[in-house]
Amino acid sequence: MQTAPFDYYRPDTVGEAVDLLTSVEGARPIAGGHSLLPAMKLRVANPAALVDLGRIPGLGEITRSGDSLMIGALATHAAVAASEVARADCPILSEVASHIGDPQVRNRGTIGGSLAHADPAADYPTLMRTIGATIHVTGPGGAERSISADDFFVDIFTTGLAAGELVTAVEVPVMRAGQGSAYVKHRHPASSYAVVGVAAIVTVDGGSCTAAAIGIGGVTGKPERAAAAEAALVGQAPTGDAIAAAAATVAGDLANPIGDLYASGEFRVHLASVLTKRALADAFGNASA
Amino acid sequence: MTATQRAFGSSVLRLEDPRLITGKGRFTDNLSRPGMAHMVVVRSPYAHALVKRVDASAAVGMPGVLAVYTGADMAAAGFGGIPCAWVVPDSDTRTPEHPPIAIDTVRYVGDAVAIVLAESEPQARDAAYAVDVDYETLGVVVNAKAATEDGAPLVHDDVPGNQCFHWTVSGGDVEAAFSEADVVVGETILNQRLIPTAMEPRAALADWDSSMESVTLWVTSQNPHIARFLLSLDTGIPEHKIRVVAPDVGGGFGSKIPHYPEDSMVIFASQKLDRPVKWTETRSENYLATIHGRDHVEEVEMAAKSDGTILGLRAKTWANLGAYLSTASTGVPTILHGLMLSGAYNIPAIHEDVYGVFTNTTPVDAYRGAGRPEATFMVERLVDLVARELSMDPVDIRRKNLIEPFTEGHEVATGLIYDTGNYEPALDQALEMFGYEEARKQQAEARAKGRLVGIGVVTYTEICGLGPSEVAGAVGFGGGLWESAIVRFHPSGKVHLMVGVSPHGQGEATTFAQIVSDQLGVATEDVEVIYGDTDQTPMGWGTYGSRTTPVASGAIMGAIEELKEKGIKIAAHLLEAAEADVEFHDGVFSVKGSREEGLSIQDIVLAANTAWNMPEGVDPGFEASSFFNPSNFVYPFGTHIAQVEVDPETGEIEFQRYVAVDDCGPIINPMIVEGQIHGGIVQGAAQVLWEGAHYDDDGNLLTGSLMDYAIPKAEFLPKFELGKTETPTPVNPLGVKGVGETGTIGSTPTVYNAVMDALAPLGVKQVHMPLTPERLWRAMREAQQGGN
Repeated sequence: MQTAPFDYYRPDTVGEAVDLLTSVEGARPIAGGHSLLPAMKLRVANPAALVDLGRIPGLGEITRSGDSLMIGALATHAAVAASEVARADCPILSEVASHIGDPQVRNRGTIGGSLAHADPAADYPTLMRTIGATIHVTGPGGAERSISADDFFVDIFTTGLAAGELVTAVEVPVMRAGQGSAYVKHRHPASSYAVVGVAAIVTVDGGSCTAAAIGIGGVTGKPERAAAAEAALVGQAPTGDAIAAAAATVAGDLANPIGDLYASGEFRVHLASVLTKRALADAFGNASA
Repeated sequence: MTATQRAFGSSVLRLEDPRLITGKGRFTDNLSRPGMAHMVVVRSPYAHALVKRVDASAAVGMPGVLAVYTGADMAAAGFGGIPCAWVVPDSDTRTPEHPPIAIDTVRYVGDAVAIVLAESEPQARDAAYAVDVDYETLGVVVNAKAATEDGAPLVHDDVPGNQCFHWTVSGGDVEAAFSEADVVVGETILNQRLIPTAMEPRAALADWDSSMESVTLWVTSQNPHIARFLLSLDTGIPEHKIRVVAPDVGGGFGSKIPHYPEDSMVIFASQKLDRPVKWTETRSENYLATIHGRDHVEEVEMAAKSDGTILGLRAKTWANLGAYLSTASTGVPTILHGLMLSGAYNIPAIHEDVYGVFTNTTPVDAYRGAGRPEATFMVERLVDLVARELSMDPVDIRRKNLIEPFTEGHEVATGLIYDTGNYEPALDQALEMFGYEEARKQQAEARAKGRLVGIGVVTYTEICGLGPSEVAGAVGFGGGLWESAIVRFHPSGKVHLMVGVSPHGQGEATTFAQIVSDQLGVATEDVEVIYGDTDQTPMGWGTYGSRTTPVASGAIMGAIEELKEKGIKIAAHLLEAAEADVEFHDGVFSVKGSREEGLSIQDIVLAANTAWNMPEGVDPGFEASSFFNPSNFVYPFGTHIAQVEVDPETGEIEFQRYVAVDDCGPIINPMIVEGQIHGGIVQGAAQVLWEGAHYDDDGNLLTGSLMDYAIPKAEFLPKFELGKTETPTPVNPLGVKGVGETGTIGSTPTVYNAVMDALAPLGVKQVHMPLTPERLWRAMREAQQGGN
């Protein structure tokens, strides 16, 4: 089983990579290759050329910068899962990374690749929308810009990246005192992808919820925020009843659910509600005083 | 193996494993021949279509391409249709033509339309995409029952109603049983289609020798002698000019029994190119072009008295055969299914009608258990429904109806005569291991809190160790079911044991060495078991139907007994004693009472091989050949108990416990037997919980990859708790029964019954397999709304 023939480029800088992507007809970037290569082997994707980002130095670092963590686009899921700074300052990031796919996927797959691919069943996009991440990109001529996660994810396999733009880093806020977080997913038994994944980040102050962010992936074409549930929680004591009442509202923020042989849209919406309840319970449970 | 420890009954580590687990296995795709070309098959993307034109003009000009051939080319070269080897009697079985490459009509997605030969596999694959085929699509039918309805599209024009056969089994007065019954229960079971998914996909490498006009085919086969026999029928090459070699084979589960079209295609291409030709399927091809299993629609009913006594069972089954008859297609849903509907119980009246039906889907044939899991599932499901109707414990109803212990055969209503059985001790042991009464108490407590905990109990028996050749003939199997073996001692005392069976993961290279070691006192490491090569091994019918050890061991024991007798003659001569005074124990021939002056078997072997001083009338050499045709099938049995808990919110199932007490007679290698049971349980549980092939109405396989078709991962499963009883069979000299399929046969209904038990408080009675979370969620929701 092999791909159709293609040309192969291995740039040493982001600038060079962007130049190749804009100048070579039919070129596509490749990082870990865990989404693109299977599609190429099935000849669902037949790019004329691949621009391999894997050897560009310095793109895989994870560093603290003020109240943010900067994660280089080439950081593998395994590296994020093992990162001491991520585990200390943004534990949900490492937690999510440590449960993506399987060890082979985590050792090859990259955060930049996952976000740019924008698979609705992927875990990172859901977290990024929940946590309020900023995606840093570089485009033709070295033009840099930042895109909020809210604007980045558009639809199934569709992002706000313009032609020739590459993700270079992802910036996420570090967790603050009083915050708790959790990510809960229902895995597909064959692919291990999240059929539905729910991330919750809550802030508790004086026994009541002062802020809540809930992201839901896998139900529609892009990660959604459960705005009604978030609003319902703010100002409430995080009791079981309050959590259940909030979780019961998520369907209203999940229009046009997608479905497949394994899970219909209706079931996905139902799962989203149940998993929201569980993620919130976990998140409130680990919110530091 | 120390001298004091018997090889029989020891968990000897598998002799074949060091090679296999260090990457030194030799699988068909690892093999290469000088000048070898590569074949890729162009397959139909349509489930049913006329092939109007195959245009290979662009493909033949591509780099490295040697030729593109069609079905017409194969027919012109004298290659015939792929033969079917099992035609059930007493039926109107229709066996439509099955050209290896479709000539004018394709009948399932994956049906071959052309083959591309090139210098390299990538070149052949690139060119295969460039072969332009014009199709005119036809009506499609995928469901077996729907295929028999008026107006359904015909898969084969010459098979009206798509009905391949109508077979019946009948015993006792079924009408009376149902009219006298206090309780009648029933349901429609969809025993869904499964994809065998052996770790190694299929591959075939043919090397035509034009000077000898002979061919060698290396192929992923469970039965190279059958492959050779069948190839001689459709290739036109006489059987003695065909050598079939099954090198290391990475699992089969039945899917490597059949003679496949690609086996003939590589031979044809090797002849045409006068070069060796290799083909290896991709996983996607494996899912389309290698056989599937199960796929029954079953309308079943059971009649019982109010005290739980079972009176009768009747069923109507539509078996989906796919688009063409595969090698054993018709035997699986009939002989291996309908005859086992008495299960482990006294059921005085049984009737089943089985309709074999063609559809526009991948051919269906034997998959682990092959007909018997479907039968056991029916029986065990119905027994549970009767128990529920009568508010009886599932253990009590089983105990009430179990066949009493028997040692000299027991005839059931379907006409089978079970060999030996003693079912209650296995049931008692399983209940004890499980802590059944305590578990039921805990279940009641959990239910009181709204938790959905379920326990499933199954007492099964099954038919395996296929089988008496006379019966094979009587039931329409196109071959025999005996085995042969040659035990050959070399001058240094080392042994070659050549067998006609063909293990492909089951470990008989070790098990059989243990038999020789145990019987003749040589080390297991000194015995090399040779199998899988028709030029090196004596005739045998292969490895399937849990027959390899029960049948081949009979032949091995025959040869061993002959060598013991010969050894005694030679020893008596050399020791200057009367034969009657010579005994043989633990590898030493000696005059009774003076073992220390005896001769080792190695001494005798050397004496026989040099032949300097042989007794009068005894031939030189130390080798024996034996044939064994068993007098009956063997019937292993046991009790399985599973516990699950269903998440009432999500429908997710936690698989918590599994206890299996199996009886496969005396055990040669406990580790290997446990491995077989583990694997079997997993594949049965997988049908219940995860696996299911699914076609859309146009005949597209929606579960066409391992991203969609869920084979279980280790983390899905609990630790299995195994027990055993040992009831020998008189059918073979060692008393052994088969164990390759018992796990699957037992576990499928056990896990299903456990889940239905968990949902019982909600009033849910049936959910179709696989029991995905969504299906359970919907069933629970409907039950709570008063439906189901």
